[in-house]
Parts: sequence; C-alpha cells; structure tokens
Amino acid sequence: MRPFTYERATSAAGAAKAAALTRGARFIAGGTNLLDLMKLDIERPTHLIDVSRLPMAAIAATAEGGLSLGAAATNSDVAANAEIRARYPVLSEAIVAGGSPQLRNKATVGGNLLQRTRCAYFYDTSKPCNKRAPGSGCSALEGLNRNAAIFGASPHCIATHPSDMSVALVALGARVELVSPSGDTRTLPVADLHRLPGETPQIETELIPGELITAVVLPPPPAGGQLYRKVRDRASYAGGLASVAVAGGQVALGMVAHKPWRAAAAEAALAAGASPAEAIAKELEGASSLGRNDFKVPLVARLTAAAISEVKGRG
Amino acid sequence: MTSVHDWAAPNPVSTNRSGLIGKPVDRYEGPLKVTGTAPYAYEVQPPSPPAYGVMIGAEIATGRLTGADIAEAEAAPGVLAVWTHFNVPAQPPRGAKAHPRSTAGSNPALENDKVAYFGQPVAFVVADTLENAVSASHLVKLTYAAETPDVDFRARLEDAGQPPGEQDVEIGDFASGFTAAEVQLDETWSTPIQNHCQMEPCATLAWWEGEKCIVHTSIQMVKPAQHGLAETLGIGRDDVHLLTRYIGGGFGGKGGTYDDLALAALAARALGRPVKVAFTRQQMMNATIHRPATVQRVRLGAKKDGTLDAFSMMTWTHCNRNGNFTEHASNFARALYAAPNRLTGHRLVRLDLPVAGPMRAPGEASGTMSLECAMDELAEKLGLDPVELRIKNEPPVDPENGRPFSMRQMVRCLKEGAQLFGWDRRLPTPGLVRDGRWLVGMGMAAAIRGNFLLPAKCGFSVEPDGTIVVRQGMTDIGTGTYTVLAQIAAETLGVPLGQVRVEIGDSEMPPAPGSGGQFGAATAGSAALMAGMNLRKAIAALAVGDPGSPLHGGSPDEVTFQDGVVAISNRSETLSDLIQRAAPAGIAVEGEIRPAADAREWSTQTYGAHYVEVGVDPITGEVRVRRMLGVFAAGRIINAKTARSQLTGGMIWGAASALTEANPVDVRYGSLLNQDLAQYLVPVQADIGEVEAIILDEVDDKANPMGIKGVGELGNSGAGAAVANAVYNACGVRVRDYPISPDKLLAGLIAQGM
Repeated sequence: MRPFTYERATSAAGAAKAAALTRGARFIAGGTNLLDLMKLDIERPTHLIDVSRLPMAAIAATAEGGLSLGAAATNSDVAANAEIRARYPVLSEAIVAGGSPQLRNKATVGGNLLQRTRCAYFYDTSKPCNKRAPGSGCSALEGLNRNAAIFGASPHCIATHPSDMSVALVALGARVELVSPSGDTRTLPVADLHRLPGETPQIETELIPGELITAVVLPPPPAGGQLYRKVRDRASYAGGLASVAVAGGQVALGMVAHKPWRAAAAEAALAAGASPAEAIAKELEGASSLGRNDFKVPLVARLTAAAISEVKGRG
Repeated sequence: MTSVHDWAAPNPVSTNRSGLIGKPVDRYEGPLKVTGTAPYAYEVQPPSPPAYGVMIGAEIATGRLTGADIAEAEAAPGVLAVWTHFNVPAQPPRGAKAHPRSTAGSNPALENDKVAYFGQPVAFVVADTLENAVSASHLVKLTYAAETPDVDFRARLEDAGQPPGEQDVEIGDFASGFTAAEVQLDETWSTPIQNHCQMEPCATLAWWEGEKCIVHTSIQMVKPAQHGLAETLGIGRDDVHLLTRYIGGGFGGKGGTYDDLALAALAARALGRPVKVAFTRQQMMNATIHRPATVQRVRLGAKKDGTLDAFSMMTWTHCNRNGNFTEHASNFARALYAAPNRLTGHRLVRLDLPVAGPMRAPGEASGTMSLECAMDELAEKLGLDPVELRIKNEPPVDPENGRPFSMRQMVRCLKEGAQLFGWDRRLPTPGLVRDGRWLVGMGMAAAIRGNFLLPAKCGFSVEPDGTIVVRQGMTDIGTGTYTVLAQIAAETLGVPLGQVRVEIGDSEMPPAPGSGGQFGAATAGSAALMAGMNLRKAIAALAVGDPGSPLHGGSPDEVTFQDGVVAISNRSETLSDLIQRAAPAGIAVEGEIRPAADAREWSTQTYGAHYVEVGVDPITGEVRVRRMLGVFAAGRIINAKTARSQLTGGMIWGAASALTEANPVDVRYGSLLNQDLAQYLVPVQADIGEVEAIILDEVDDKANPMGIKGVGELGNSGAGAAVANAVYNACGVRVRDYPISPDKLLAGLIAQGM
C-alpha cells in the first residue's frame, strides 16, 4: 500500500466534485475489493473519498412500480430484502452466490458493480497486464486462461467481469442513477455501464471522471419466472466459471465477457419461439475461445438451456 | 538397548486408572486461541517497540540480480534499512557448521546474486511501521539478468532420473508376471503442485539481549531452527533462544526455516531494536515449499478371481535445481497389497521451479490418488466389489520384507466402514442414481501410513502447590500436542487436568523432534511418560523417606497416585502437602525415549478405509461431496477429540486434492498462478457435507510404551481417491488428471453423450 489521503464525503454531488478535482482520487464504500487491490499495489489511489456514510442506503418503491436500491445499500441488505426476495428473486440469488457473508455485509450495490476482474494476471504485479499497466501486454492471452472471456474479448484483454449481482441486474433491465462532478444527474442501463475491453481495457465503464453511482433502479419485474445459476469450482466463496440470470424472457450471462452479458440473440430467438437450447446456441454463434477456456462454450450452452427450461417449467 | 518387549509392561498410560487417556478432552490452549489471546510469533510483545521488515521476491525464475537502486527507498519516511545481497551483513556460507553437531547448517538470507526460483527473497526493507516498510518496498528498483527458466515438468518427464541414492525395488519378476496376468490394467495419473496454505503465514520476531538472540518464530521443529540460526548468525547455539509457542498450521511447510528467521535476527542486531518479519499470503505460495506435481503409472495384473499377480507403481516428480527432495508417492504401496511380482520406484527431475518439500502425508497423499483408483478400475474389470478386491489381496505379512505386521486391522476398517456407510446400497454400474439435479455415486479407498518413533526428551517437575509442569522443546501446530501432553502428565501423576501446566516450543527445554510425519504424539508423548514415571519415582522416594509423611517407611513401589493424593493403602496425603513440607523448592526430573533396538523386526503402519458419497451435476460437471466416512486403526488414542479432528481434517484435504486444490505453473515465467486463498481453492464449509471419522479400539504394543500411533497424515491418505471413485460411480467418467474440475469432467460427460 502507498500513502494516501482520506476524506469523508458529505453529499453525493460534493463527492463527485471532489473526485474530479483530485488527481488519483477513488471512491471507497465497503472497500472489499479496493482495499485488497491497494494492499497488493494494483490500485494506487492518492486520495480516498468515503461515500459509505452518504444517505444512499435506502431500498424504496418507485412510482413506476419498481424498486430503487441506494448505491450504499449493502449486498446483504439487498439480498435479504423481502420485496426483492418476493419480486426479484434472481437478484437475491445472484447476490448470495457471490463473496461470503462477511464480504456481503460490507460490500455495496455501487461497489459490486464497479468491482474489478479476478484474472490471476491482473493480481500478479510481476506480470504484464494492459488493465493494470496499459500497453504492457496481456499475459492471459497465451497463459493459463481457463476462465477467460468467450464474448467480446480483444487481443488486449480477455478478462471477465466477476460480479454476480450485475448479471441479475442486466437480466432485470435495471438502470444506474449517476451524479456528475457538475452536479448533473443521468441514468444508464446497467447493460451499458460496462465497456468491452477493445484497446483500452483499463477503462472499464462509461462513467465520466468523478461520476458517482447513487442508485440502481429496478423496473417492475418482467412476467415469468426468475432464476440465477452459477457454476464454480468450489461451492462458496469462489469466482464463477459461468453464470446465467433468467427473468421471464430476459437472459444475461456472467463471467463470459468483460461485462455482464445481455444474451440479446438468445432472447430474440426465444421470443421467436426457439427452444432454450436453440436460443442459447444462437447466442453462442458469437462466442470464441482460446483453448483452455473452450469448455465454457458447451458449459454456457448446457447451463443456460437448463436454466431457461427450469424457469419455463415453473410456469 | 530397549526392546519392544519392555514396552509391554503396564504403565500409567496403559493402566489408565483415572480414565483420562482416550477422553475427548477440550484443547488445553483452546480458550486462548478462540479468544484471540494466544500470542503467535508475530504478536508476541517485545521488550521495546519493534521495527517491521518486509521481503521483496524475485520477479524472475532464474538468472542473476545485477543491480539494486535503493536510494529512493532508503530516503522514504521511517525507513531504517534496505538490504540486498550487495549490502546484507555477512553470513557464513550455506550449510556451514561451526558446531559439528548442529542439526542444521548456515542458511544465509540474500546470500548472493543468483536467483534460483520465482519469488525468492532478494531484497529486504525495514521501517518503523509496517505501512512505511511496504510503501518503501515499492521504491526499490531491482535489475536482473534473466535466463529462460526450465520449468515445464510434463515436458521433462523423459529427463527424469533416479533420485540420489535410490534404486527401483523389484521383487519377483514384474514384467513376466504382468504379461502373463489374465486381467491387466495400465493407467497413468497426474497430480498438481499444491500449497500448504497455513492460516498463519511464516513469521519471526527477534530481539537481542546482549549477546543473546531471542527469536519467536512459527516452526515445526525447534532444534534445527535454533542451530541453523546460530550458524547463520555465527554465534554459539546457546546464544539463540528460539520460541514457537503457538503455530497456526504447519502441514510440513514449516519443517524448515525461511529467510524471515535470519533477516529478523540480523536486522534486530543491526538496528538494536526488535524486528518483525512476516511472509505475505502471496509470498507463501512461491517462496516457501510446495507439494510437487507427480505423474504416476500404475500397472496391475490379476487372476480372474481378483488375486494380484503383478503390481507396479512408478512415480515421476520434480524438485528445485538446488534441492534434494523426492515426493515418494510409490513408497506406501509397498506395504499395502500382496502380489508376488512387484516393481516400485521414483524418477526425479530438477527444474527452476520454487522449492518442493513435504506436505501433509507426503507420498501417500499423492500416491493413493493413483493406486486406490487403479484398484477401483480393476475391480470393475473383474466384476468384483472394490472392498472384496482389497480384502482378497490383504497381505499376511509385509509383502516387501516378510516382516510380521505389529498390528494390522485393515480388513476390519474396510468391513466396518462398509457397514456403517451403507456400502451395500451402492450400485456398481455408474450413473444410475439421481437426486434432483444431482447424479449420486459412492466410492471407497484404503488408507495406510507408516508409523515412527524418534528419540526425544522431556522435563517434568512438581511445584510446591502440587502443579505438575511439563517442559519440552516440542511444538503444537494445531494437532493437540499441548492437550495430549497434559493428559499423559495428569494420568501419570494422578492429578486433575487443571493441576497440569504444559510449556513447549522453547529451545531451552529438553529437546523433542517436533511435529511431522505423524510421529509427534508418539515421540513427544512417550518421552513425557518416561519423565512422568521418573517423577513418580522421585515423589514416592521422597514420601517414604520423609518422617513427616504418613507414607514414611513404606515401600516406594507401593505408592499410588490419584486425585492429587499420594497413598500407600489407607495412609495418604495430598501431593501439595508433601512437596511443600519435604521439597519446598519442588522436584524436577527428565525422561527420555529412544527407538527400540528390535522395532524394525515388525512392519508398523496405521490403517484406514474411506467411504464417500458425491453428487455430480451432469449439466455443469460440478462435484459436491455429500458425505465422507473414514474408519481408522492407529493404536491407542490419547484424545478422541483431537485425533478425530486431525483425521477429518485430513479427509477434507483429500476431498480438496480430488476436486479443487492445484497451483498451475505458468511455464513462461516459472511462477505459480494462484496467489491467494480466493484463487487457490481449499474447501469451504459449503463444500463438505457430513464428515465422520471412526477410530477402532487398538493398542499397538510394538510402537512405543503407550501403544499409540499417529493420525496426522493418515486421514489424508486415500481420501481423495475415494472421492474420485465416487465421481466415477456417479457419472461414469474417470478423470485421471487431478483435480477433477468442472471443465475436465464436462469433457468426459460430453464424450459419453451426456
């Protein structure tokens, strides 16, 4: 860890402004990812702006019949919320599939969305990584890349986004609410929050410098059942090899791309009457793998077809 | 010299008058550990505020450190010292011994410009706070002349040769026996590199009192660490006082010492203040030892009735270029099954990988993963039950050397395990049992592990208040040493457990070899029994010789010890009354155990049988353990709770070896991929369903005076194979390249059209 300064924000807009004004500033809330990365010298902020005590932890009904999740609400509180368990069970299931109870007690909605990849080469500062040291190269490309992306990767980065929660949010069509350093607010679909790596894998989201997530808004749940399934080497506290969130006819995939992956082709095929297996096969026409992660293609096919069938079977 | 026959005489442990031996007594140090008040090495309070040292590991696997720019780091806030091989204080060359009888030679830190493996400590920063030291460590600029590392084990199998001083062991004529066999099996398995992942990383706190170095460290064996540090510092062995009171796991990984020990001591001397040095979790992976990978070829030739005619197990493995360690994965097999024609051996290749060394159940943990699956495969070929096949090949005497077994309850373990587990409900054809989304299967395997007794001493004393104090240069790495020593002392001197104090982990106490190879309890405990019996004699003599004692004039042989009271029939007094009056300074004695001269006339092992039920998700290839049962025979058990805990821990480790644990080598860099416990997957609570370990009643009077044997390694032996066999029974896929991760199992499922 390197020396840094710290301030506690008093307003969301103030936090955004301070972040834009201070070079090397980062927001901190639960700190479950950022502090680890600072200790490992991967993140090197010079200034931390603590947003964890801003009044952004509420979970409240929206006028449209959906729910608003404050960005500082903890993962545990969201997962345990009765309204969410009743109407958005896929979100609850996704959250409890991630981390551990201790981590979920600290981790927040905003932080979960902005967590960074678990690619082993990103974590090993002795190795090249375009995400950590832009221009240094991608060690994973020809390395031990069993868990690399199969959608939307680039020669500069094949890392995946590790969040479970965000996969469910994408399937539910959720939006993030943002406040900019100038105090302006805007919203963005969660599906459009993260970027594909392209030539700049170090830039992971569409947020402008200093912009702060203040809430996530869930629209009313789509008709039909919901399900989250995650495949992992170990039964708990393990990053996924692949995951799927199904909400009615909406499908998102996790740990297969640099962002939670909206399976638009599969959704379109389903809407046109394709079987679950045919629908995911349509999506996987766009997949490519590198050898060690070849298994992810049949894994996603089987996992997704089974999940969609299970949801359909529940009627 | 002692004979094993001398050990058969009744003693306080075998008589067990107050019944403490065998009881599931709570851990002696348990309350300290669960309240966070047991001071581990890094947490001991030094006499003055410590400085903090951090090590920097090499970022190349082989080559030379050509330059070090330390100016910026030296100028950073709070920095007290920055060392590389260019400026580290002089230390005697590696292996040097100023004292010919030292149990370890000099182990110099930052010794020269050579980099022998990725992560090798090459620089060291000391500062007033940990934060300042870590921050400054990022400012040290090192330059290397890197060479291409030779680290691809699988590509170098053909270059592997006989380990030094070893030969293949052949009995009969394996080749002919195998060729002529009615049924043959010839398969190859591979196991990956594994890390110990102790909860407590290696750490040292050192300070100096005049010419004497006081050092608290986390280590399994006290004497070699003390001697090695003295040699490294160039001082007398008695000028190192080494303490290791509480240890957060060892598993073989703390059997030797690392550079934290010398660097803390050297820096404390140079700076004139205490210095702490700890490995980070990331450094533990590459810069301490690991269990090396293996490739194992097993060939079995049998008659149609299941009788083995020929048996061979060959293991290929690796160690560091400068190292000398062989993972003896074939050794255990020599005592396991009868077969007239036998061939076993090892091949070793030296690579530029980090240092290979022993890890829990070295040999058995890897080796059972092949042979015990091969037996499962052979049983299937023969149409025999795997339990029956094993019983059929049960040897009447040790099949390699013809020695009688001291005590062998393998068949009873197999049979009782089968009954308790419900093995009769297993369907031999795989893939037939379903529970919801899971395919369910059962598997079993045998367990075996050798038993050893080493020389050891122990000190016993009685204090004026009647407290019995045990002192021994022994360690407790979480195994239960404190607790079993307290039980032996209480039973031997006839006092309640609360009247015993155990002091261990100190180089100034009577030496014991430490914790390893599952010899700890038998070795340290036998020495304690001997010391306790010597103290009984001294107390008895004191009582009958003291005119003030009601026992005065009696025969010392007739003195009994129970409930804190010494007595001859109805004449009695409390131990504390006697000591306060007749020996107000207390009495201190020593005792000693040595291996018996004739112990090698018997083949002495510990045994077990594992039964496992797993679920396999046929869609995803995920495997989850549903229940594990182990039945073990390992001599008399001193403490049913700590013994069971070691056995179930070993079983869980085996499940992990089968399913998740591995650290792959990136052959481009010569480094291990997984850096932390989020990447290196040891089981979590959710991975393990029901786990039970049953221990059969047994006394092995050829093992030691207490008739006990070790259990620390036994639970691990065979457990992984039982999981792998259960996976096959569940879904019909054999994965012989461990671990059986979803990607590998999925390939097998797809190949079968599932």
